[in-house]
Order: sequence, then C-alpha cells, then structure tokens
Amino acid sequence: MSTLPDGRYIDDAPYSPDDKALQLDHPELDAPGWVLIWRRFKKHKLGLISGIFLLLSYLMLPFAGFIAPYTAKERDADHLYAPPQSISFMHNGEFIGPHVYKTNAIADLENFRWTYEQDTTKPAKLAFFCEGSEYRLFGLIRSTTHLFCATDETTVFLFGSDRLGRDVFSRILYGAQLSLTVGLIGICVSFFLGIGFGSLAGYFGGRIDWTIQRLIEVLRSLPELPLWLALSAAVPSHWGPVAVFFIISIILGLLDWPGLARAVRAKFLSLREEDYVQAAEMMGAKPSRIITRHMLPNFSSHLIASAMLSIPAMILGETALSFLGLGLRAPAVSWGVMLNDAQNLAAIEIYPWTAIPMIPIILVVLAFNFLGDGLRDSLDPYQT
Amino acid sequence: MGIFKFAVRRMATMLLTLLMVSALIFLIINLPPGDYLSNQIAELRSTGQESGVAKAEFLREEYALDRPLPEQYLIWLGAWPGPHGFSGILQGDFGWSFEFNKPVSEVVGSAMWMTILVNLVAVLFVYMVALPLGVLAAAKSRTWIDYVSSFVGYLGLATPNFLLALILFYYGNKYFNLPIGGLMAPEFEGQPMSFEKIKSVLLHLIVPTFVIGTAGAAAMMQRLRANMLDELNKPYVTTALAKGVPPVKLLAKYPLRVAFNPFVADIGNLIPSLISGSVLVSVVLGLQTIGPALLAALKSQDQFLAGFVLLFVAALTLIGTMVSDLLLVLLDPRIRFDARQR
Repeated sequence: MSTLPDGRYIDDAPYSPDDKALQLDHPELDAPGWVLIWRRFKKHKLGLISGIFLLLSYLMLPFAGFIAPYTAKERDADHLYAPPQSISFMHNGEFIGPHVYKTNAIADLENFRWTYEQDTTKPAKLAFFCEGSEYRLFGLIRSTTHLFCATDETTVFLFGSDRLGRDVFSRILYGAQLSLTVGLIGICVSFFLGIGFGSLAGYFGGRIDWTIQRLIEVLRSLPELPLWLALSAAVPSHWGPVAVFFIISIILGLLDWPGLARAVRAKFLSLREEDYVQAAEMMGAKPSRIITRHMLPNFSSHLIASAMLSIPAMILGETALSFLGLGLRAPAVSWGVMLNDAQNLAAIEIYPWTAIPMIPIILVVLAFNFLGDGLRDSLDPYQT
Repeated sequence: MGIFKFAVRRMATMLLTLLMVSALIFLIINLPPGDYLSNQIAELRSTGQESGVAKAEFLREEYALDRPLPEQYLIWLGAWPGPHGFSGILQGDFGWSFEFNKPVSEVVGSAMWMTILVNLVAVLFVYMVALPLGVLAAAKSRTWIDYVSSFVGYLGLATPNFLLALILFYYGNKYFNLPIGGLMAPEFEGQPMSFEKIKSVLLHLIVPTFVIGTAGAAAMMQRLRANMLDELNKPYVTTALAKGVPPVKLLAKYPLRVAFNPFVADIGNLIPSLISGSVLVSVVLGLQTIGPALLAALKSQDQFLAGFVLLFVAALTLIGTMVSDLLLVLLDPRIRFDARQR
C-alpha cells in the first residue's frame, strides 16, 4: 500500500485484468479425480477399514501355507473332533511365552465319542519358523517352514479339528484361496458379459437393444439359486477340482451380468448424446473405439463400486452350492466345503467349532458391502 | 388405456416370458450328457442285467427320450404329439419322475402349495419388518436406532441363509421350545385341515420365515430408509414442520406415500431372492416344499421332475412380479400405461 502525492491510496500488487477469471471457485477440488475420490473415501471410516481388511486377506492368500501350522490334508488320527485350544502366556502365574497344553483323548463309551482333557501340568512352548509338512509358497515354491507349530507331540488346533482330525484353522486359511478367488473370476465373467451386452444395447439401440432387453428380463426374473443348482449339476463328476472350480466360478458369473448390463445400457443411452461422443463419431472413429476409449472410462469407477457389491453374492453362492454338495467337491478346500461338515443339528450342538468357517464368510461379505458403499459414496467428488 | 387393458397386456408379456423361460430350463436340464434312463441302461449293461435293459428301453420310447431335443421340448410342453398324443405341461400332464417312480404331479403335489405358503408368509414378514424399521431408521437417522437396525440388516445380508437356519433352529428349540424340522408335527401329515394342524404349521413356520426373510427385509429396509431420507430433505417437509404438523402425521401423510412406490416396485427383485432362499433353507431344514425334490432330481438327473420344479419356481416369480406391477399402477397415479413418447 502506498500513498500518491494527491493523497490517494493505491495497491502496489501487480494488476492483471484476467486475475479474477483465473481464480478457482473451489481450489480444494483442483486435483486429479482419483485424489478427490481418495480424499472422500478416507472419511468413510468403515469403508476404509474394510478395504484394508480385504487387502490383507488377499495378500495373505499366497502365504496361507506359511501361516497355517498344518496343511489342509494333514490328518491327526488321535484328535478327531478335538475342541479349539487356546494359546496361553502365563503358567502358574509366571510369564513363559506362548504355549499350549497337551490334550489327551478319552473314549466316552456312553455316547460313543471322544472327549478331550487338557494336561495343564506341562506347558509346551510354541515354536516359531519351525519345520512342518511340505506346502508350496505361491503354489510354486516348495517349503517346509511354518510361522508357528506345536512341539513335544502336542497339537495346536486354534479352531479345533474336524471329522478326520484336520486343523480347522489351517483349512480356513487354505479355503480362503478358493472362496475368495471364486468371486473374482465370477465378476470377470459377469463384467465381460454385462459390459459387452450393455454397451451393445445402449450404443446401437433398435433391434439389438430390444433383443438384449428381453434376454435381461428373462434372466432377471429367474431365481438364481435353483438355476445355479441346475447348471452345476451338469458339471461332469469325473472332472478334477481345478476344472470344477473354474466352471463353478463361470456359472456364478453367468447369471450375475443382467443387472450390470442394465446399468451400463442406461448410462450409454445418456452418454451417446454427449458432444464428445458425437465429435468422435464425426471424426470417423469406429464404434469399438468410441465405446472403449471414450464412453467406458467415463464411468469405470461406478463399475468398480458395483463389482464390489456383487462379489459377496458370488461368495455366498459358492458357499451355498458347495454346502449342498453341488459346488466344489471334497478334495478341494473351500469354506462352503468345510461347512458341509456342519450340515446337521447334531454337528452344531456337539461340535459347534465345525461351523467356525462362517465367521470369515460373514466378515468378508460385510467388508465387501462396506467397501462398495464407501466407494459409491466417494465416487462423485464434485458433489458436496 | 385403462387398467384392464394394461393388465391383459402385462399378462401376455408374462406368458411370452414364461415360454422363453421354459425353453431355457429345458436346455439347462438337458445339458448333462445322457438322461436318467440311458444312465440306467449303461449301468444295467455293465452289471449284466439284460432283462432290465429291455424295460428301460421301452420307457425311453414311452417318454420320447429317443427323439431329437427340439421335438422332446415340444412334446414336454404339449405342443407336439408324443407317443400318447398331446400330453404335456399345457394339458396338465407334468411327466414321470424316474427317481420316485411316480407321476411328477404326485411327487410335488402338496409341496407346491407349501412352497407358495412359505413364500407368501416370507413376503408378508419382509414388509411387516422392513416398513416400520425403515421409516423409523429414516426418521431417527444417525441415532442408535438407525445404527442398530442398519447393523442387524447388514448382518442379515452377510450371513449365509442355511447357517442362520441351523443356528436359529438350535437355539429356538433350546430356549423357546420351537419345533425342529418339517412344516408340521408328524401326526398331522396327510390329515385334513383342522385348527390344530394350522397351529402346528404356523409354529413350524416361525424359524423358516425369519431365515428366508431376513436378507430381503434388510435390503428393503435400507432402500426405504434412503427413499425416506431423500423426501425428508425436501422443502415441503420443512414447511409442514414449521406449521406445526405432528411428527407422525407428517411422516405418514406425504413422505411415506412417495417413498412407498419404489418399495412396492422392488418386489420384482425380492421374489426371486426369496424363492432362492426358500429352496436352500427347505433343503437344510427338511421342509416339505419343492426344494428337496429339486435337489434330489438334479442330483440323479431326473429330468421331468427337475424341469417341472424349475418351471414352477420361475412361474411363481413371474406371477409375483406381475402382481407387483399391477399393484404399483393402482397405487401410483403418476405411472402412465402407455409407452413413453419419443
């Protein structure tokens, strides 16, 4: 600020007439789209926690064999239906580090089952990075090192053992490998079909649109599970576990696409009228280029959010199919296959821990729902 | 166009869809190679029982299983003369169940009514739970009522139906002395309807209804809450509030009526999922609906039974959706019967 000789005040800052026009209305919104989405998503605490949980779960998958103290098929014939053991740190009021107690099986001749008793006099310390049965890291590298295992002929069944004396905790980790990926493959199939049909219908309209619309209507009006059942009953019984796994995920995706296709179609109908699409058309771009380069990126974030919301349905679908014996079959380990053991009331009453695989299922499904909700809320960063 | 004309047109669309669905279903049940009888023939041959082979071959001809697929489909539908003239679904002949060695209509007879009953009760349950809870959650949004109901809703969505069924059954029996398994006490089976029998059926329906309906109710509740919240932010609500309209009347008079339409329209999504759920839950809980019959038929490739059950389930869904469409038109005067002018 300075004073002119005639007593007027004047601002010394350089003046340019464009200044006003260059100023942003919302400087906080001046960032790439994904930064804005991330800023908003961070505020959705539940979504954030769920996202981290899912990320960790998926990162854990290749290392399942390392974290699990046993392998999925390892049997302990002396501990059938053993109850969950806890890891304790204090022995007789003294801290001696993580240890377990030896459990002894006692035949209950009245009810014809095994009961288990803990021998609390001798604690057996857990060993870390110890040698155990062989497994494959990433499905490729042979290894025998486990994160932790029991020593001195004791067992460490954190979630108990099942009908054949296999460790439920280890099997949950191995089962995650199939149960968590089934949804991913299914969603790929569903995306491929849904985006394909949806964009065809929305972009070209007319007769193609009508045909696809009728197809969508037919598929949406059918109850999913009976159709899943019928389709998976058609899978030949002599196929190997890997083939069955892939075909089941494809079946799950095969019935999921109509909802997505409808959303894509509606979006395309409105986007088709936009100036930039018309401009691209004028310049002679082919439909395939317009669809993939100009229109799809426009709402890819919405597609991701809707994917997050459809994966849980597929995970539950796989569980239900395997539970009924029409999905993945016994040598394969998935959460649904494990729950097959908890199929009757007797199992729930006497061996409640065989139903533990339901806990990871619930957690994962909830996490996908929260993550999807969070993403959906944060996808429109310009909305206040 | 009047409501009557709309209903007729809607019915015609439904029948057309049902026709397409029947073709799809026929295709699906014929996906596995071979059929029940050819599998049986192969098994009889391998065990050297030639006498049975002749009988099975005879049955194959009897049920037209030796003809090409499209012809089989038309015969099954009743639009093509089979070995015994026109005799298919259209004529009310549902075919023969090889697995149970009975006509399909006998196998599923009473189960069909039980399926309808279970699903009707489930729909009622969904509305009775979702309506008050959704409104309450919206009116008291961001309070503990909202959070608790959302949490329970999410839990209902995330828990696999069948496990919920097992656990509720176990605890229901332990603490409330609810009956386990089946749809009625065994002594009432095959008995004529009586007050006692109805009471027994109702008592048995508690847990299945709860299990089948929870996921649907949770989804419905979330949607109603979202719709209500949209309405509650509108200026007319503020105006009404400022003028001193009592809260209950304020909610029920306008916002609820507006928010209610999508709620009714949503039944089209609700019914398929309810029926899916009821099939699964019936298998686990041993309810005498068509669920267990479907599973058995699919496992043994008993194609007429499986085909009929699938068709029945699809028809049930389509009829339910149609009814909801008609209701919506009656409820909302803003919906026009005509196609949109372009």
